[in-house]
Amino acid sequence: MSEQHAHAAPTGFIRKYVFSLDHKVIGLQYYFLALVAVFVGMFLSLFMRIHLVWPEANLPWFGHIKPEQYLTLLTMHGTIMVFFVLTTAPQSGFGNYFLPIQIGAPDMAFPTLNMLSFWTTFVSFVVMLAAFFVEGGAPLAGWTNYVTLSAIPSAGPGLGLGEDLWIISIAIFCVASLMGALNFITTTLDLRARGMSLFRMPLTCWAWFVTAMLGLLAFGVLLAGGILLLLDRNVGTSFFVPGGLNVSGNLSFPPGGLNPGGHPITHTGGSPLLWQHLFWFFGHPEVYIAILPGMGVASQLLSTFSRKPIFGYKAMVYAILSIGMLGFLVWGHHMFMSGMSPYSAFAFSVMTMAIGVPSAIKTFNWLGTLWGGRIRFATPMLFAIGFVSLFVSGGLSGPFLAQPVLDIPLHDTAFVVAHFHLIMGVAAIFGIFAGTYYWFPKMFGRMMNETLGKIHFFITLAGTYAVFMPMHYLGMAGQPRRYSQFTELQYLQHLIPLNQFISIAAFITIAAQFVFVFNLFWSMKKGKKAEINPWEATTLEWTVPSPPPHDNFGGVTPVVNHGPYEYSVPGAAKDYIMQTDPATVTAH
Amino acid sequence: MATTLSPVAVDEPKLGGRGPTMAPPPRDGGWGGGRPDEHRDRLRRYRIGMFFALTAVVMLFVSFTSAYIVRQGVGTWSDASARYVTDWQPISLPPILWVNTVILLLSSFTLAMAQRTLSRKLKAAPRGGTLTMPEPLLIVDGQRSIPWLGITVVLGAGFLVGQLLAWEQLRHLGIFVSTNPSSSFFYVLTGTHGIHLLGGVLALGYAGMTSLLRKPLATRFLVVDVTALYWHFMDFLWIYIFALLHFAR
Repeated sequence: MSEQHAHAAPTGFIRKYVFSLDHKVIGLQYYFLALVAVFVGMFLSLFMRIHLVWPEANLPWFGHIKPEQYLTLLTMHGTIMVFFVLTTAPQSGFGNYFLPIQIGAPDMAFPTLNMLSFWTTFVSFVVMLAAFFVEGGAPLAGWTNYVTLSAIPSAGPGLGLGEDLWIISIAIFCVASLMGALNFITTTLDLRARGMSLFRMPLTCWAWFVTAMLGLLAFGVLLAGGILLLLDRNVGTSFFVPGGLNVSGNLSFPPGGLNPGGHPITHTGGSPLLWQHLFWFFGHPEVYIAILPGMGVASQLLSTFSRKPIFGYKAMVYAILSIGMLGFLVWGHHMFMSGMSPYSAFAFSVMTMAIGVPSAIKTFNWLGTLWGGRIRFATPMLFAIGFVSLFVSGGLSGPFLAQPVLDIPLHDTAFVVAHFHLIMGVAAIFGIFAGTYYWFPKMFGRMMNETLGKIHFFITLAGTYAVFMPMHYLGMAGQPRRYSQFTELQYLQHLIPLNQFISIAAFITIAAQFVFVFNLFWSMKKGKKAEINPWEATTLEWTVPSPPPHDNFGGVTPVVNHGPYEYSVPGAAKDYIMQTDPATVTAH
Repeated sequence: MATTLSPVAVDEPKLGGRGPTMAPPPRDGGWGGGRPDEHRDRLRRYRIGMFFALTAVVMLFVSFTSAYIVRQGVGTWSDASARYVTDWQPISLPPILWVNTVILLLSSFTLAMAQRTLSRKLKAAPRGGTLTMPEPLLIVDGQRSIPWLGITVVLGAGFLVGQLLAWEQLRHLGIFVSTNPSSSFFYVLTGTHGIHLLGGVLALGYAGMTSLLRKPLATRFLVVDVTALYWHFMDFLWIYIFALLHFAR
């Protein structure tokens, strides 16, 4: 509790690289955890795509995939991607590394807590992976883990110990995220350098700050749901499990069947919808937890590489804040199918549509930033533009799904899969890629290879569009999600070729990711040496050496005189003014 | 060569940003620590952190509360009466809870007294002097003061024991976690609150031992100050839970 805040640089390997208190090391630890996780998640999706179009194929490890195994793949793909990639890399990874530097602080507010939250996340990931190896295998109740499937151990393979591990892992993850969130918030509020007013913070910092707020308010709710679900499964309570359930011919009883007093337990009166409410009250903000940091990175990069100030800085800030706020009022739009009152559905629908307003403000401001700029098409910029493109394509199907009358036929079809993959999955991943190519020189002191970067970008952009655009059509044609096999269904026969096309596009896209990984590791060793400020950007991380020293600013406390996006200021000597430049800039 | 053009219009750095809240580390490495201003900065930082930590706790209990209300209103199908009936049977709360409540309220008072004593000690200490030094064991001006902190820890532990006794009484009556949704919520709410309070007891125990661990007085003050925020909140939270269990049976 009383550890010195800004600590001396550690010397031993363990304190330096493993149990490090340095926010930069912790940021990288999060980043590499996410990198491992994304490959696990990606291979699970590869297996799914193979199985869907070639159901008879024999796959390594799984062999011939049974329907319940398909559900396992789907559950673990979703869980790992959402929690350990999309929540971990953009916020905890980049946020940890760059938030303190961008606001001029020597470290996060609570370095020990920071280390704890990483290692708690790590434990959570290990517990999640352990579910693959226990009896019955990994759970199959989907990443949304709907009751009653998730509450009755006898309802399927993987719903025994595997499901318990899933819930425990997520509960641990909640605790880790809460610790991280309060650290981010305190750091932003309390550790800003002199002159770094809230409205001089780079938009990345705003995004991380609002994301932390969302995490702080959302993860406690999921934790509560997890605790109640664990009790339902293992102690025999009936928070979620209704009475009289018939599972494979047996009425549902918990494993022991007796409570500690020796009385038999039967479930009565629980509400499966209660789980959905608790889950989605967390789940919808979670979507923004994944995407907001990407929005921050996109704003930062579009301004930097267009050599123009961001269009409407304050509007961008207020848009982020209102997206964050509205995000807590729309969870019901995931539950239009649950039999909710049409009046509630209408209210949720209107709130959901309202999110279109700040989203459109952001999109137009991004385009306004590009307009008339002297654009430098470096790889990070390409990914930032790709982010905007995917955000628009994925976002436009949002207003469809926000309306109950349209959602009811489209729900549980591939249309929804297309929607959330484009806007939440791929767009957020593009944000991560943009951040990686942009900050790599700062993190490792070397440049990433531009040619490989561009190859990676164009294949990934074309590939993801080829995968997810046709899925809209599949959904409208009636192909359901979560079905392990559709090839024998008469009415879907004509969709087989399109599905094969999607699978092949997915293989190519996955292959391109190896170009990225090769570039990442190759450039660490062999990349061109990076200057302090290779992109001629203005924010504070570009004033310190690459990689930055242990206390970030070498003992000098920075003073901030400028806003974050002063590019092409008339009368200035260069086309950018660093945030730390003197208040009155003279021409040289 | 430096020809001054018209100054570029930029804002004066007047808005916000508290300024460097930490002095830079000395060049020879390591932090001296214990400067009074640094103490105040740390205090503010930890208070902000605790405020947001409590926000997360609020969300946890808000979730439990909404689940409580929803679950209370959900019916279960009854073949006998051919309609939905409630399966919620209110439990009578063990009377010992009233005693526990008084104990917890008392502990908030003694903790406030502990804070007062500590801050007097801190004021009496020469600036930058004893702050950095390990504190002599519980002695002020040569007098032994009342060990408010110790009393608080005992009261906190007493509350926890009292809660366990309440559980024991219910078990005796055959009311277990899974007996009825109302008893499930009773155990969940009291249990979660108890675990949180246990954290507070441990933190105060640590604060009591800072002198044994040869930590500076400032550290002790910091831990007690921040834990006090937490503790009073747990106090309030218990009253809320008790009221919920009592009035919304």
